[in-house]
Amino acid sequence: MIRIFKTSKNVILNIDEYFDTVELGILNFKEGINNYLEGNLSEFENNLDKVNKQEESADAIIRKIENDFYVHSLMPNYSSDILSLLEKTDDIIDKIKDNLSQFDVEDPYFPEDIKNDFSRLVSLSVKSAENVIPAARVFFTAPNLVKDKLQKVIFYERETEKLATKIKRTLFKDMPFLKLSEKIHLRYFTLHVEQVAEASKVVAKLLSSLVIKIKM
Amino acid sequence: MFLFFLSSGLFLGWSLGANDAANIFGSAVGSKMVKFSVAVIIASIFVILGAVLQGAGASDTLGKLGSVNAIGGAFTVALCAGVTVFWMTRLKLPVSTSQAIIGAIIGWNFYSGNTTDITVLGRIVSTWVAGPILGAIFAILLYLLLKFFLERSQIHLIKLDAYLKYALLIIGAFGAYSLGANNVANVVGVFIPSVPDLYLDFGFFALDGVQLLFLVGGISIAVGIATYSKKVMMTVGNELMKLSAEAALVIVLAHAMVLFIFSSSSLSNAIQSIGLPAIPLVPVSSSQAIVGAIMGVGLLKGGRGIKFNILGRISLGWVTTPIIAGFVSFMSLFFMDNVFKLEVFNETNTALTSVTTNLNNLPTLSETTLNINLFQPLLYGIIVILIVVIIVLVLKLTNDKLHSKDEESTDIVRKYKAQEAFLKTELTKVNSENAELEKEIEFKRKEQMNIALSIIQKNRFLEKLRTKIDAIINKSDTNQEELSNLKKLIVENLSIDKDRQRFNIYINELNRDFYFRLLNRYPNLTENEQHLCALVRLNLSSKDMASILNISTKSVEVNRHRLRKKMHLKRENNLSEIISKL
Repeated sequence: MIRIFKTSKNVILNIDEYFDTVELGILNFKEGINNYLEGNLSEFENNLDKVNKQEESADAIIRKIENDFYVHSLMPNYSSDILSLLEKTDDIIDKIKDNLSQFDVEDPYFPEDIKNDFSRLVSLSVKSAENVIPAARVFFTAPNLVKDKLQKVIFYERETEKLATKIKRTLFKDMPFLKLSEKIHLRYFTLHVEQVAEASKVVAKLLSSLVIKIKM
Repeated sequence: MFLFFLSSGLFLGWSLGANDAANIFGSAVGSKMVKFSVAVIIASIFVILGAVLQGAGASDTLGKLGSVNAIGGAFTVALCAGVTVFWMTRLKLPVSTSQAIIGAIIGWNFYSGNTTDITVLGRIVSTWVAGPILGAIFAILLYLLLKFFLERSQIHLIKLDAYLKYALLIIGAFGAYSLGANNVANVVGVFIPSVPDLYLDFGFFALDGVQLLFLVGGISIAVGIATYSKKVMMTVGNELMKLSAEAALVIVLAHAMVLFIFSSSSLSNAIQSIGLPAIPLVPVSSSQAIVGAIMGVGLLKGGRGIKFNILGRISLGWVTTPIIAGFVSFMSLFFMDNVFKLEVFNETNTALTSVTTNLNNLPTLSETTLNINLFQPLLYGIIVILIVVIIVLVLKLTNDKLHSKDEESTDIVRKYKAQEAFLKTELTKVNSENAELEKEIEFKRKEQMNIALSIIQKNRFLEKLRTKIDAIINKSDTNQEELSNLKKLIVENLSIDKDRQRFNIYINELNRDFYFRLLNRYPNLTENEQHLCALVRLNLSSKDMASILNISTKSVEVNRHRLRKKMHLKRENNLSEIISKL
């Protein structure tokens, strides 16, 4: 009982560190894919390396937080919801890592005509993820402000979806010079990038239900 | 005898502790915000404190309603209230010990012919209605205040959780204090007129008979909390009141405030002093106050989830509990009076002021006040306990220290043993590896030797062959040209001997380490000299070396001599011995 303040302080620091790590992961992802599209492969390798490390570190921090929640029975009424919020946020960085690894392993070929659109797709998807992290942060201090931030997440997720459809249409209808296998390959990469925004949307939905629950 | 009669009150106290502690700590323990053991300790301490320090107010009102002036009557009244509570609980009707005891006292009034003060009764009944309503009002106000504060302060949720845990404990302590102060009257209130006139002086503080009675009542509530409240707490925490920590905090605080208001004589006096009507000091139902508070919070949230049938059942409880308790009390008093011939009331003294004189009727009570000075025994007792505690602590500490030292040394020994075992296995492994390597080296040496021998034999044979061919050439009748060709072929074969080359490569490969060591010691040796050293190491004779190196035996001797010089060896030094030692 006496150590509860020290524990809560540690948990707060860990949660902040966790969100910092995920945010850095998102930035590295964006930079990594742009480097790949521009052909800066050594820079891309560097980004991939960083994201791998950040994903590992996020996993370690989340384990620490979970441990503290269970051992010190912190927030017993909402612990499972809060831990699931952190897990879902972890999904974002997991998807980011998978995405970059797929770029590294499969080495997809992007025709010049599509590079710009793909770069914009990554930027929109990343914006959705970038906006969900501050929303998750603010949930812990001012749950009332979460809703405003979530609007942006949903907006960027929808924009990502629209642009992804456009890219897929261009691939299959306006690029006869590409082989079917190449088209399918690029479609998969479009889907993968879209998944980052979708993971952010899942976090956003969880956050909005959590806010209602906490206010009850 | 008094203690025997008091047992019914203690039973009532036990059941009150078992049930009503859940109102205070139910949500905190049920939601795992506070540990059960911590809740029990805090609730027990503060219930007793509340009962002893502030239990008098509500008891006075009970006394005004009807002073049960015979111990037999008090026993019967408390027993009937207890049985009614038990029976109503079995019928799953919301029940309050306050209402049961008041109903039972009215039953006693009827039986003894004592007039029931309607004004007092009206005041008491009005508090039963006012209790839940006040609970609701307090809860609403406190909830709004808390929400306002939380929205402005922007405390981190995790930190807020820590604050709430402590707040629940502090407010729970306040709730327990109020419960003790307000409800101890239910438990032992009816025994006050019959209490033995004792005065225990502990030096630092003194307890009179009534306070002792409250202490015993408080302890009975605390025992109820410690022994039987866990299940009820879990039920209240998990089923009845699934609330957020903030709401639970507000509800417990509102409930504690209601109980405190109806038991604090100083607050009542303060209100009176500013010209307002006095607060009636009445035991109110803890459960009803808490249900009122829950309803208040529920109404604030828009009335969703409020179970109006619960409200109906509470109202039913207000009416039925006192009536049933009164009826059971009346019947039991009749039974006790006529069958067991137990004195249930004292006819000569029914006035409210005659409380102390009743005691004269009891054979066990003293004629005058018993003033017992417990200062010295208490002081000695404390000193003895302290000494015992210090001795036990010292013994425990020494024991712990020894134990930890033992454990430490055992750990170290275990560690060393494990290390030793590990090193032994490593050693055996290395030894077996070395033995295998030795075998391999031996095998390779033999192989080298075989190759060397085969080269030597082959060379000898070829030499013989050459000599013979020379002899044939010298004869006049032989085909000179053909034989010359044969000789040429043999000579070529001797000089381009693949076997020899292979052997040399082999020797170089195998003796790489040896060459390294050799050069470290004698850095100015040429490649041929190194090669010679390798052959010396194989213990070959000069003749054999000559055939391997494809030079004459004399050249080998010369080379050996040069080598000895370069290696600065004296006459008595054996070259092959020194080389083999390398």
